[in-house]
Amino acid sequence: MERRDFLKKSGRALALAAITGSTGFYFHNRTTTTAAGSVIEMPRFEVARNPDLPGLALARHENPIEAFRKSLDAIGGIGRFIEPGERVTIKPNVGWDRTPEQAANTNPLLVGEMVRQCLAAGADDVIVSDITCNDARRTFIRSGIKDEAERAGARVLLAADDDFLQADLNGELLTTWPVLKYFIETDKFINMPIVKQHSLSSCTIAMKNLYGILGGRRNQLHQRIDQSIVDLAAFVRPTLTVVDATRVLMRGGPQGGSLADVNIENSVLCATDQVAADSRGVEFLGLRGEMVGHIVLAEKSGLGRIDYRQAGYKEIV
Amino acid sequence: MTIKTVRNLRRILQILFFLIFFWLILQTNFFFDMAPEENGQIVLPYPVSIALEFDPLVALNTLLATGTIYKGLLWSLVILIPTIFLGRFFCGWICPLGTLNHWISEIRSERIKRKGKNKIESNRYKKYQRIKYYIFLFFIGASLFGVLQMGLLDPLSLMARSLGTAVLPGLQAAAEASLSWVKSFGIAPLSAAAEYLYDIFSGIFLIYRRAHFHAIISIGLVFVVILALNRLYTRFWCRGICPLGAMLAIFSRYAILGLQKNSGVCDGCNKCLLHCQGADNPDVGSVWRQSECVLCLNCQASCPNGSIKFKFFPEQESTPANPGGTQKVDITRRKVMLSFAAGAATVPLLRSGDMFEVNTNPRVIRPPGSQRESEFLSRCIKCGQCMRVCPNNALHPTLLEAGLEGLWTPVMIARIGYCEHTCTLCGQACPTGAIRELTTVEKIGNDEIEPNRIGTAFIDRNRCLPWAMATPCIVCEEWCPTSPKSIYLKSEIVYDREGKAVEVKKPYIDPNLCTGCGACEYACPVIDQPAVYVTSIGESRSDRNQILLERKRNKS
Repeated sequence: MERRDFLKKSGRALALAAITGSTGFYFHNRTTTTAAGSVIEMPRFEVARNPDLPGLALARHENPIEAFRKSLDAIGGIGRFIEPGERVTIKPNVGWDRTPEQAANTNPLLVGEMVRQCLAAGADDVIVSDITCNDARRTFIRSGIKDEAERAGARVLLAADDDFLQADLNGELLTTWPVLKYFIETDKFINMPIVKQHSLSSCTIAMKNLYGILGGRRNQLHQRIDQSIVDLAAFVRPTLTVVDATRVLMRGGPQGGSLADVNIENSVLCATDQVAADSRGVEFLGLRGEMVGHIVLAEKSGLGRIDYRQAGYKEIV
Repeated sequence: MTIKTVRNLRRILQILFFLIFFWLILQTNFFFDMAPEENGQIVLPYPVSIALEFDPLVALNTLLATGTIYKGLLWSLVILIPTIFLGRFFCGWICPLGTLNHWISEIRSERIKRKGKNKIESNRYKKYQRIKYYIFLFFIGASLFGVLQMGLLDPLSLMARSLGTAVLPGLQAAAEASLSWVKSFGIAPLSAAAEYLYDIFSGIFLIYRRAHFHAIISIGLVFVVILALNRLYTRFWCRGICPLGAMLAIFSRYAILGLQKNSGVCDGCNKCLLHCQGADNPDVGSVWRQSECVLCLNCQASCPNGSIKFKFFPEQESTPANPGGTQKVDITRRKVMLSFAAGAATVPLLRSGDMFEVNTNPRVIRPPGSQRESEFLSRCIKCGQCMRVCPNNALHPTLLEAGLEGLWTPVMIARIGYCEHTCTLCGQACPTGAIRELTTVEKIGNDEIEPNRIGTAFIDRNRCLPWAMATPCIVCEEWCPTSPKSIYLKSEIVYDREGKAVEVKKPYIDPNLCTGCGACEYACPVIDQPAVYVTSIGESRSDRNQILLERKRNKS
């Protein structure tokens, strides 16, 4: 063997050995966990308080849209809440694969009217979204909300796996939690719950409806339901809360299914105080705010008033 | 029209029928733009399983197994009757699996056996091509005694199953993984470009909720092996295995279209053999086999001097120099009887085991509207359309849970997806009536009609939070879709480790009301092995698999 040949052959074997060895040492005991994505702060959606206007207005009318318009006017009209050019995200309660008559989801007529109001006030972009329990497509279709909202000019957006942002809820129980981005990347947030009975939290109205912005292990929140609702309500301060009490689900909530469990109340509430809204709303279920754990805890945490009359209450018949 | 034009027409139709088949599979799903009817029921806008209804093998076997031809299966005559006159045009012009095999076979190979003289040799009729007749007769023998196994190897069922439960979910997983891989570099324009590509892709192939299927490996592997066999022999599947091909071959016994050979002008170039798809000996001097020919027309189109021609009523007298078309299928009477008997013999073998109706797996929860198990197994062709259409990914192909006989038939795995209360899509998609078509009222019941039940839920009190861990929960009750709810709660004071009193609501199941939909099991926060779970007992389709002597009426 020639010297040149010897050097060439042993050289390339040595080079490969060196690369193999150094690769092994380079990756030895490396931490491979990728850095957690940045945690997002929730923007503030509230508008300035106006002591001359009520914090809660209730209107009754057989036509849900009329009832809604009257209560919205009483609380200051849409112009108080929406500025031209803004993006608005509306969060109705779209939890279950049920029809509107079954009162498991927010009345689609109210959602449609809300969209039209926002667009009339000059909003650039109106999004309607929710994280449903049953399949999102079926739920949005059969609740009638997709149809009404799209017809009124909104975008109906369903949640996909990568549509969540890690948000800092800064609560006692809820610290960081995945939140659907449509509820963060927006200028205004309108909460549109429906009044329903619930076996654990007595009622699901405004504050409980906020569960629907969360991803992750949502079904474990029931283990401390009052605290988790209040943490969430402290974190999300909606611009406006519109409570649908046109049909009220008295039993079999939150999913219902039987028309015998539905009371027709023909009422719509508009509120800037979500605790007051819950406290008045729960009366449709034959309860009082003082009897409901999360409403009591919310007042204690300074989120609003159980005695809704103190929040400024107006009733239009 | 010259022969080359007709061949091009065949190529175009192959592409077209393949795309139609693929499009129908893509449409076998729940879409966000579907509109409910007046009564709230959602109905599929297209007959998504219509391709399977054109399959004569499905029609014949379900006819033998059940004594009826279900709904759209009469369409299969549209394929079968022209076959009697023309031969296996379906295999060469229409069949999507045949087309796929055709394309893959035509990819150039480096293997010496797939080139030149060797390829010509491999395209001559071979004895392995008889195997498909044995397979066909085996399935017929089994079907005659009520066991339907043809779905395992029927090309359309196999194609629908493989695309729907293995290929498309695999593509979706690959697309999602590629997207997040590209995004992980953190280069903004690159991520944007990837997103853009992904959006185009997702508009065509991807569904809203990525499906995960049980037994996907077994289905995917079979499909890959079938495609890979094309690298050994052109259209190995079509020549040697396909039971539908065998059936059509037998029905082409009296075909009036055939190949006429003219030895006078042939110079023996063998180009006809080089391009032959069916291995039916088109060359002058050997015996042409009608039963193997898929009418691809490559032989006539590549013949330089016009010595072979397809024509109606070809001359059939046979001389050594000029053999006429032989119409006979190359199987002996003894082998016919043997394969038929083997098929019949599997019936007692499969059904005398314990898995069939005696020691059934409690987790074999059939889709809503399913027939009782023996009837179900004599109808299900394992096409997977119910699994593909299910919006909740609730239905999955079995492996051996329902016995060997039930391989790849649908069961619900509630942990992955539950049966949506008012959804009736699986029955709409089923081409053979193994799953009956239900109306919403038949599914959920009302004051007069009992709902369709697929099982009953049970609480595992050792794992349930209120029962075992002094912790409030009630998620199962919240999710229960019946009205009134089948899960009811009783408040009770329990004591935690420190002796502190905690008020919890303990869930109970009312078997009078439970339909076994599995929503509770799906939602239970005890994820790995849920504290509430469904088993098949109480299912409407069975007389035997019941708990209650009588059900109290569902009065709300």
